[in-house]
Amino acid sequence: MGAVETLEILAPGPLTTVQDRGRFGFGRYGVPPSGAVDSFSLRKGNLLVGNAENEASLEITIIGPKIVALIDTLIAITGADLQPKVNKIPLEMWRSQLLKKGDVLSFKGPKSGCRAYLAIGGGISVQNIMGSKSTNLAAQFGGLDGRPLRKGDIISSDSPARYLKAVGRSLDKHLIPSYAKDQVLRVISGPQDDHFSTKAKEIFFGSPFRVTPQSDRTGIRLAGPHIEAKKNLKESIISEGVVPGTIQIPGDAQPIIILAETVTGGYRKVATVISADLPLLGQLKPGDTVNFRKVSMDKAYQAVQVGSAFQALGACTK
Amino acid sequence: MLYSNPQYRVMGDRALLVELGDEIDLKVNNKVRELFVAIKTNSLEGVVETIPSYRSLLLIFDPLKTTLSLLQNRVHDLLKTLDPSQLPEPRRVEIPVAYGSEYGPDLEWVAGYHGITPDEVIRLHTEHTYHVYMIGFMPGFPYMGELPKALITPRRETPRTVVPRGSVALAQGQTGIYSTQSPGGWQIIGRTPLTLFDPGKWPPALLEMGDRVKFFAMDEEEIADWEQ
Repeated sequence: MGAVETLEILAPGPLTTVQDRGRFGFGRYGVPPSGAVDSFSLRKGNLLVGNAENEASLEITIIGPKIVALIDTLIAITGADLQPKVNKIPLEMWRSQLLKKGDVLSFKGPKSGCRAYLAIGGGISVQNIMGSKSTNLAAQFGGLDGRPLRKGDIISSDSPARYLKAVGRSLDKHLIPSYAKDQVLRVISGPQDDHFSTKAKEIFFGSPFRVTPQSDRTGIRLAGPHIEAKKNLKESIISEGVVPGTIQIPGDAQPIIILAETVTGGYRKVATVISADLPLLGQLKPGDTVNFRKVSMDKAYQAVQVGSAFQALGACTK
Repeated sequence: MLYSNPQYRVMGDRALLVELGDEIDLKVNNKVRELFVAIKTNSLEGVVETIPSYRSLLLIFDPLKTTLSLLQNRVHDLLKTLDPSQLPEPRRVEIPVAYGSEYGPDLEWVAGYHGITPDEVIRLHTEHTYHVYMIGFMPGFPYMGELPKALITPRRETPRTVVPRGSVALAQGQTGIYSTQSPGGWQIIGRTPLTLFDPGKWPPALLEMGDRVKFFAMDEEEIADWEQ
């Protein structure tokens, strides 16, 4: 059957992009991972509609798009609750749902979280570039011509009819995350925690920080008390590789949590969010507050293993 | 200075930073390259990505497949077996540049800053062969050095919101090329018609760590041909 036109974008919303798990292994060429910033929601959405969990979905930011189904299509919406509706009737999230030809999907507005994921049975048929379908907005490649979706864009999917029978799958209730407006993120100290005084670290671990509107897929910019580096140090360090979740402190002493579009940087990093809490980063929105809690490496690994056990369970019930 | 023993730093539960020296230095960077090649050749269990930079390598790994201490031991063993003769010969790449005018809006300022003529800036910039220390900041952007002392220039006080693709630029002791359009604070002295990053090609970047780069000034005819 091959690629079939499934959805048409009637209105794109401020930022809707094609993202899969991301583009890995090209950091040596300066290529950042891109990909869904809440990988948990991406994976679960895909499993609900019967896709491979790394398939591309639409990442929808704060304000939802308006989309019409061009053919019967199976979808699932996960992540932020932007109050999805089909033909004006509320649509249950974290469940695979059938869109009939002509159905219009829209969103009432944000209730909790920042990014919703729209998974489509049969995925999104766009070119795989360096092993990924993810959109790199800065370098303008991947996804749909390296840009956010526009009005009139058509999404095609691979043999969508084959997926319709997976309708009604849902995620076990206790696995559905809730996105609080004040979030505690678990971190491991470093890599440059020795560049900060004990006092500065006490302030960092003891204070709430507010998410500012300057945040995007590159990084979450925070506002709060100043985290000053030790006095005798230069403003920047020698540029080095970075990972999503690492928390850099630039010259203005306000933390930035690196997300998915940065590969190297020259600012010192006081701490790094543990892997198990990374999906939460994608759900922080302007106005939310975060507190950082230091944990041991053992705790971080335990958290990863617990998360992985959930993944292994499949955790989808019909 | 090259460290006698590497310094390890932890970047969360799935990245290990291996620092081999404390400065931007050819000897340190070559050591980074040696270790990078050794890691590629030996494909360390659980490592999903290695990002080399001026004086360090970041090893990103799957925490379900390996641990920090295991990885650190493996890197330590690899460092003992490094063989500089295994390094491939650096590639030599020549880069044509349209210096000055609309392509290099900061050329005059850079010349004024050093009290020399724009032509002398071009002569100094093209005379030297540069080492590519790392690719980063954006896909395909080469950090190259060292600039001759007479060209060491501070960044612009106010960064530009848009720097065109291909812009050849200076900042402190380094020279670089904006591989995609982006905001930027380096001093722009010219532009190259070469494509530094092409996601559809393999490898996607024109340059890589360890390359030797020489710039040459395009003449008016070459610039006119390019503009067509």
